[in-house]
Amino acid sequence: MNRFLRELTPTQQVAALFVIVFGLLIMISVVAFLLTFRKSADARDEAWHEELKNFRRLLGTSWIMVVIFWIGWALGEKVATVLFAFIAFFSLREFITLSPTRRGDHRSLVLAFFVVLPIQFWLVGTAHFDLFTVFIPVYVFFAMPVASALAGDTQRFLERNAKLQWGITVCVYGMSHVPALLLLDFDKESYEGKNAFLVFFLVFVVQTCMVVQHLATRQLKHPPSLPEISKSFNWRTWGVGVASGSLLGGLLSFITPFKPGQALVMAFIACVAGSMGHLMMKALKRDRGITAWGRRGQSITGANGLLDRVDALCFAAPIFFHAVRWYFSA
Amino acid sequence: MLAKAMGLFLLGFVRLLTGAQARWYGCPPKAEQRIYFANHQSHADLVMIWAALPAELRSITRPIAAKDYWTASKFKEWITTSVFNAIYVDRARTADQDPLEPLIQALESGDSIIIFPEGTRGHAEEPQPFKAGLYNLALKFPHVVLVPAWIDNVQRVMPKGEVVPVPILCSVTFGAPVQLAPGEDRGEFLARARHAVIALRDV
Repeated sequence: MNRFLRELTPTQQVAALFVIVFGLLIMISVVAFLLTFRKSADARDEAWHEELKNFRRLLGTSWIMVVIFWIGWALGEKVATVLFAFIAFFSLREFITLSPTRRGDHRSLVLAFFVVLPIQFWLVGTAHFDLFTVFIPVYVFFAMPVASALAGDTQRFLERNAKLQWGITVCVYGMSHVPALLLLDFDKESYEGKNAFLVFFLVFVVQTCMVVQHLATRQLKHPPSLPEISKSFNWRTWGVGVASGSLLGGLLSFITPFKPGQALVMAFIACVAGSMGHLMMKALKRDRGITAWGRRGQSITGANGLLDRVDALCFAAPIFFHAVRWYFSA
Repeated sequence: MLAKAMGLFLLGFVRLLTGAQARWYGCPPKAEQRIYFANHQSHADLVMIWAALPAELRSITRPIAAKDYWTASKFKEWITTSVFNAIYVDRARTADQDPLEPLIQALESGDSIIIFPEGTRGHAEEPQPFKAGLYNLALKFPHVVLVPAWIDNVQRVMPKGEVVPVPILCSVTFGAPVQLAPGEDRGEFLARARHAVIALRDV
């Protein structure tokens, strides 16, 4: 089996990966669908069905994500970059919707959406890595407040600018590092054409960490460690999540250019960055008086909570990217 | 043909920028004759509520457009007549003409309409007091259902005087129908209708 896989071309290997993932998803979906036929007799069964409904919704999101990845991979790096640009666009839209802006911010917002975002992803698509890492932290962060100041509105000036810059950092800068992984150039010749695995590795490891943490919280029922920020976050379940994510990373080392130990450490870095980023975004949402970007009451914004799903990735991607790049000088 | 393509393009564009989500709280989207009345903060309100309605209702619902603004250029006039199928209303009141006349015609021919009873765009948190037009229409057409609507966030997408819109999520919330009680005072009814609209902000 192993030899058979090794003898495939890189493209065939990636395709095989998708076949496996789609197969797993189909199996889980069929089982979940069949489980809906279980009779509900008492209140406990009702609760169980409610859980199942939640789980099937989560499964639906996974389907959409995998299909998007598949399309991105099948149509090539350029299309994948555009796809991630759209995800960044929609998350930034959610972020800005729930951060009050004033009329003076209009020009800065136009810049953020229609100038900064396309340029950043264009830099990724053309592999201008030196400029791509400094474009936002240097040029944009100095230009944005100037655009704001030129509007002549001083009310809550610092606060408004901080919000906009943070939105750009998380949604545009963070997200742009995911497609950037596709263009990393490793010295190892055996890894040519296999960069899609690296994106899969990052997403899969971080998602596993988040899902395991979520499930552990449901099962173990520890009191929240930071009740001000999150009703579910607990250091112990967090540890369980990060540990499982890292272990999975170690096991998946065969699809990465890393050795098992290195893969474990890389996965650990990504998991810690992702879960901590998610926690930090929760603090931000609490500050805005909401619990999820998707729902203000019953979703007055029309947002479907995209940012809730991708925020962990937005934090993990840049840190993972630079860790890989420095360590392997790719 | 061109109008249809433009309609599709506008719909996609509005959804990409704002989501244009419709939230029905209090009444379902139903093909009965209705008067939708909403708060008014931007010229784009018209486009928003048009985009938020489901396709079946969009074709039988005619929004009200301010004549001076929406006929200012050939393009705007074409969009409002061919794409939105709007009814023009003169904001500058002339003595010899009833400004409600075109609305009454539309209602008599069985169409639903969208009106902004404040008359002009407001810039405050809450909508301005409603003009009497809504009351007069309710009196004249007792069988038409009056549906309040709250348009959220549109003024942030394109503030007055700006040309480029910014992507911010917007929604239109439709509430429970309001009825004119027998013998109800005009001021009382208008205040009640206004509160029905404001109440939708926090649903």
